[in-house]
Amino acid sequence: MIWDNFRIALAAIRANKMRSLLTTLGIIIGVAAVIAVVSIVQGLNYVIATQLEGVGAAYIRVQWRDDPTDPDLAGREVVLTYDDGLAIFERATALEYFNPIFFRGELLHFSDERHATTLLGVGAYHQEVNNHWVDRGRFFSQIDLDRRAHVCIIGTDIIDELELGDDPLGKEIIVGRATFTVVGVMQEMGEIFGQSRDDLLLIPITTARDLYGHESFKRLILDFQATSAETVALAKDQISEVLRDRHRIPEGTRDDFNVILQEEILKTTGSILGTVTSVVAGVVSIALLVGGIGIMNIMLVSVTERTREIGVRKAVGARKSDILVQFLIEAVTLSLLGGLIGVLAGWGLGIVGAKAIPGFPPAHVPAWAIAIGFGFAALVGIFFGTYPAAKAASLDPIDALRYE
Amino acid sequence: MLIAIRDLRKIYQMGDAEVRALDGVNLDVERGEYLAIMGPSGSGKSTLMNLIGCLDTPTSGEYVLNGERVSGLDDSELARIRNREIGFVFQTFNLLPRATALANVELPLIYARMPSSRRRGLARQALEQVGLGDRVKHQPNELSGGQRQRVAVARALVNRPSILLADEPTGNLDSRTSSEIMALFDELNRAGNTIVLVTHEEDIAGHARRVVRLLDGRVLSDAPRDPGGTAP
Repeated sequence: MIWDNFRIALAAIRANKMRSLLTTLGIIIGVAAVIAVVSIVQGLNYVIATQLEGVGAAYIRVQWRDDPTDPDLAGREVVLTYDDGLAIFERATALEYFNPIFFRGELLHFSDERHATTLLGVGAYHQEVNNHWVDRGRFFSQIDLDRRAHVCIIGTDIIDELELGDDPLGKEIIVGRATFTVVGVMQEMGEIFGQSRDDLLLIPITTARDLYGHESFKRLILDFQATSAETVALAKDQISEVLRDRHRIPEGTRDDFNVILQEEILKTTGSILGTVTSVVAGVVSIALLVGGIGIMNIMLVSVTERTREIGVRKAVGARKSDILVQFLIEAVTLSLLGGLIGVLAGWGLGIVGAKAIPGFPPAHVPAWAIAIGFGFAALVGIFFGTYPAAKAASLDPIDALRYE
Repeated sequence: MLIAIRDLRKIYQMGDAEVRALDGVNLDVERGEYLAIMGPSGSGKSTLMNLIGCLDTPTSGEYVLNGERVSGLDDSELARIRNREIGFVFQTFNLLPRATALANVELPLIYARMPSSRRRGLARQALEQVGLGDRVKHQPNELSGGQRQRVAVARALVNRPSILLADEPTGNLDSRTSSEIMALFDELNRAGNTIVLVTHEEDIAGHARRVVRLLDGRVLSDAPRDPGGTAP
């Protein structure tokens, strides 16, 4: 019975191809938008997740927080120093590694080449904390740090930019006005959103303090690795306690620092992506509403055109429910057809979109997105098909048979 | 008794006026009869046909069809009766335009919830019975008027109904095709089918063996026709 109705619906749609296509345009656009946005959001999620997977769930970053509009911070000098980091690491029991980071832009010279890059002053455990390792040569030793040695480790981009050749190790480059010996090359990390992550230069943090002075060392980034993913929350509390104590922050006053956990970064990006998705969902729901009204309109036309047919069906024994189901299935078939075209179009858009953004992973449309696309299309069909179908079902057979 | 109608009334309210389309009709029809209902327009013959065909319900009175009291049944029960007991043949054929002859004939069986394999066989058989065994895959617009009406007759027959109810079945056909269709009805009646014709043409009514004449919603006369003509 259902199958018979489905065949009738397809025949009716085939008899009015152009009309049916135009009718389903709203559904096509709505579903295509859902699929395209989901595939791109999935791509973004993937990029962010792989980024964070790199540093691991036990990674913790502490940053200073300066907000001129916050009365709790007014009149106080916000600092976050190397000594803060050492104190935290000494007193917080849930931490395994500590890595202070000083960063600034710097100009590099090598023979005739010049290149501006990001300079990072880092501690001995930079590799462990950030899970980013030396590929060639060696990392800084405690001796380098103690002696404030003029040694540096470069990202792979620097080799090309300064034309250091096949063997950069041991070469001497000018960093600002000081001369540094290259002792290592970091692993290549690739691009994210078209931005290279290999355009950087590491030097020991103690050397950086020598070069750039006490004043620029008042605000550092303090990175830690907790003993495990389970102790991250405890570590966060311990860090807060030490810093509030050291910074003499009174009870009831907000922190002058932020402790950022991997989980929270995921949550923040997740909520941004969620906002994007819900804005798009709003637009899509309008498209689906318009599409649904289109379906209702065309089904009302179809019911009127086929009044005689309805009369005949009733005369040979169709019940109200048979007619209702027939026209509902036709409306749903129409909207599912729109859904199918929409899924394919959205998929295509997602692929094109992903190709257009450099460093973006290939589009991935999850099965649940397709299910949602079809589900919404079917719901629209049922919702907006009900009125025309009920109208058809309630036709009086005598009037319907006489209809010209 | 196949049809037993007692004091059947159908009253329409048209604004303030009361229109008595049927005003106390009594009618009995035996199985195997060949009956014509005649009357000028407005006599109530269409209303009577709609009531006999279970497309409409009476305002008052009794209608018993094949032992079942039909007056007072609800919508879906009437649909069931139409499906099992009645085969309609209309003046304008009323075939589904986009469906093949076979699919048109299958239609009553679909609503009888018959599986499609059995349906096809029965529909083909019905089409063969009306002489269209070679036209099963044709659509109505590929068939002549006479052939279309044969498809409609096959559709009316396919469920083996108690009554074949034909409303001006030759109204849209030329005289030669008309006599072919009437010959088909005669043959079907000889094979045992009960036929009720509604017509205003005397020569069409001439095929029936009994003529009921209506006027102003009442039975004017009810008599066997021309005993010397077709065999009783």
